Amino acid sequence: MNAANLKAHAGEAGAKTAAGRLEQALRLTLDEDELVRCMRCGFCQSACPTFLVTGLEAASPRGRIALMKAAYDGFMAADSAFVDQMELCLGCRACEPACPAGVQYGRLIEQTREAIAAARKPPLRARLMGKVLMEGVIARHGTMRWAGRALRFYQRSGLRTAARKLGVLRVLPPHVRELEASLPDASGRGVIREWLRRGLPARWETDAQGRRLLVVPAEGQRVARVGMFRGCVMDVLFLSTNVNTVRLLRAAGFEVVIPERQKCCGALHAHAGNGGTARGLAADNAAVFRDADVDWVVSNAGGCGAFLKEYDHVLHGTPAADEGAWLASRVKDVSELLAEQGRPLRLANSGPLVATCQDSCHLRNVMRVQRQPRELLKSVPGLTLREMREADLCCGSAGIYNVLQPEMSTALLDRKMENVKDADAEVVVTANPGCLLQMRWGIHRAGLEGRVKAVHLVDLLAERLE
Amino acid sequence: MLEEPLRRRFIDLLGPQGFRDDEQTRVSYGYDATPMYRSRPIGVVFPESTSQVSEIMKICSEHRIPVVTRGAGSNLCAGTVPGQGELVMVMTRMNRLLELDRENLTATVQPGLNTKAFHEEVERHGLFYPPDPGSMVICTMGGNIALGSGGLRGLKYGTTKDYVLGLEAVLPNGDVIRTGGKLVKDVAGYDLTRLLVGSGGTLAVITEATLKLVPKPPFRLAMVAVYGDLYGAARSVSSIIAARIIPCTLEFMDQATIRVVEDFAKVGLPAEAAAILAIEQDGEEEQVRRDLNLIAQICRNEGAMEVRVAERPEEGEKIMAARRSALAALSRLRPTTILEDATVPRSKIADMVMAIQSIARKHDVQICTFGHAGDGNLHPTALADARDAEEMKRVELAFEDIFEEAIRLGGTITGEHGVGVVKAPYLEWKAGAAGVELMKRIKAAFDPHNLLNPGKMFAETRKRVVIRR
Repeated sequence: MNAANLKAHAGEAGAKTAAGRLEQALRLTLDEDELVRCMRCGFCQSACPTFLVTGLEAASPRGRIALMKAAYDGFMAADSAFVDQMELCLGCRACEPACPAGVQYGRLIEQTREAIAAARKPPLRARLMGKVLMEGVIARHGTMRWAGRALRFYQRSGLRTAARKLGVLRVLPPHVRELEASLPDASGRGVIREWLRRGLPARWETDAQGRRLLVVPAEGQRVARVGMFRGCVMDVLFLSTNVNTVRLLRAAGFEVVIPERQKCCGALHAHAGNGGTARGLAADNAAVFRDADVDWVVSNAGGCGAFLKEYDHVLHGTPAADEGAWLASRVKDVSELLAEQGRPLRLANSGPLVATCQDSCHLRNVMRVQRQPRELLKSVPGLTLREMREADLCCGSAGIYNVLQPEMSTALLDRKMENVKDADAEVVVTANPGCLLQMRWGIHRAGLEGRVKAVHLVDLLAERLE
Repeated sequence: MLEEPLRRRFIDLLGPQGFRDDEQTRVSYGYDATPMYRSRPIGVVFPESTSQVSEIMKICSEHRIPVVTRGAGSNLCAGTVPGQGELVMVMTRMNRLLELDRENLTATVQPGLNTKAFHEEVERHGLFYPPDPGSMVICTMGGNIALGSGGLRGLKYGTTKDYVLGLEAVLPNGDVIRTGGKLVKDVAGYDLTRLLVGSGGTLAVITEATLKLVPKPPFRLAMVAVYGDLYGAARSVSSIIAARIIPCTLEFMDQATIRVVEDFAKVGLPAEAAAILAIEQDGEEEQVRRDLNLIAQICRNEGAMEVRVAERPEEGEKIMAARRSALAALSRLRPTTILEDATVPRSKIADMVMAIQSIARKHDVQICTFGHAGDGNLHPTALADARDAEEMKRVELAFEDIFEEAIRLGGTITGEHGVGVVKAPYLEWKAGAAGVELMKRIKAAFDPHNLLNPGKMFAETRKRVVIRR
């Protein structure tokens, strides 16, 4: 059901109050079979970050499903406290692997958020973030890169220094100020232009629809042809990680295809309850990659990869259903391809290093990739992998959660940094841009700068490529 | 809703974090893991000490407010679902391991301590607390004690009741009692410790427990035996015990369960098998291997189609994991999964399983049976849809027949889940009218105003139907 329809239904007679409108919307969006599948065993609770922090039943997956069902059944009002509780969920989905009955909690929370978005005005902060960032910036690659260039100008031109000196940043909430400080240098170029700028081997192809593909040849015997999903945040804030991803894949024997017309995956839109925009982006991406004639579609951001993996569900019942199912079955994380299909990487020994892994939630809980990044790390000469406690617990980043829910986010981050300290590692390795930014912010908060670094797995490996 | 002066008293006593009565909190503490029960307490309290529990009970006693005590809410007998106008007391903030006494081999815990966390801490010190209920990842020690939890290791090690040495508990009037202690021998008066274990929160609020520990077995290994007929599996169980071998777990799955588990876990279980035994032994490595070889021989003699003994502990883990995935696999088939725990003397296992299968056919209900064959504790599991009232009626009738049959075979209506609301109508079938009457008098002696978990344990007894066979 699209947003306009939902709004129309939610506005029908008999739903004069905000809670009433939301209850009606919930009855339209929620999948009843999925709701009743929860048998309330509670096994999800030991995996849920918000339950571990609060100890409150309502702040657990079992509790949230019970609240959804209560609102759905008319057993309780879907009031503002209900909305707050649904928004407190990180969407990390650690409850899903823990669930014996296979309840798809991620879908339920997304359906609930879609109903919330349709029936209520979200608070100003979320509305601004949502509208401007989601539809105006992230959904459009050109604007995203333009924003990247603007950010770069801000960082490089002396404006940042000036802003900091003048104290202009003080108007921002403290957690946003801290985040600003830990942002990496932005770039407006994007992986395609950067690759060409560096004069690295590549050629252009066009697909049957006349769309351009940059094709980077494999080194040596070709293992497979893979389409690279460049991501939007990755391509602006972590351009070098994208370039390194292509370098690693080439070295492992993959021909890498980067379709020029690919878009944002739509994950942030869907998580924020904007299903319509997400479906549009998904349909475009599915078509672009299918026409690129690739064996696999590779992602280097757990959050994007997980959403691509769910395109079958996202596009179910739409004209793009077939392409969606195809893409969902073809998506792999870069660590999966490198560890399982590519030729072993030849890596140099750059001295002893103790590393610890912070799982990307969506990589672990949705893509179910946990072993491969660790195997790759163990293959690095001189590197010792030392697991920290609760490596599988969300760091509190969760898309834009750290901006919207600073209290819970920092509680989780501080807990995470205690575990990082206990592991006594020099490097925290992650596989998702959000986690990486959050880890850097955490290192800053915990005063560990200079002692601990946070890096993307791809960068750590590429640095050692012979 | 509670009246304002009373709300004020609770907030003054417990702080704003210790008392909640917003709608969301009330709804979310209105259920446990029992299918189809949902209610709404008038408020929820979160005490942090025995003295707070005592003060709460004094207020409740003075104003006659009924109280449901709960841990994680993972029980399957609706033992923590509140009735009308009741207050829920959540014990999870009292979750410390107070002491590990290595000289006396005891541990003293608060009731909100998570069972699995307790296991891990104890085992780090080379010690062992055997009771391992299926919900141990989330359940609490207090809940285990209140409902007398069992688990997979019951055959060799017994259940929770065999490990509780002493308790601290708060009576409905706020008085604090201490029973037992770090004592192997203690016959001073009635055994109140044993009385409180399994009392389901109807007699007192447990605030501290002293538990017996044993040395941790150094080695464990598992095996699996596959049977073409049910009686071969049942005879194997009897013969293993008769050979004076007590494995630490001896688990059973029937054909319906095997097929579902194989579909789900793909571990290579033959679909034509009528029954499977998964057996684990622990102890010194040499002894464990000798026992398993002997058991393998016995299983073959009793007609097992296939016997596989794990070479290494990790292989054994896989076998036990397949058994543990039974509930997960079953619960994916239909929306509502109703897991019961009818228990019989272990010599009657085969009769009971056959009876369950014919009862399932009679009522046209899908029932898969697995469970702890070694101690006679079976889990007939009905797969249904709670939205279909007619189907749920048939499920209810089938379970009544199953309880009836279990008692006829010398068994009980519940081996390890407890009575709560669900089994209350059948308690008299097991305990008899005089037995239930005595239990009610004990309840009245502890709780004259019926404030602790009212509506549990005792209910109007269901008429017994005569089974025609």
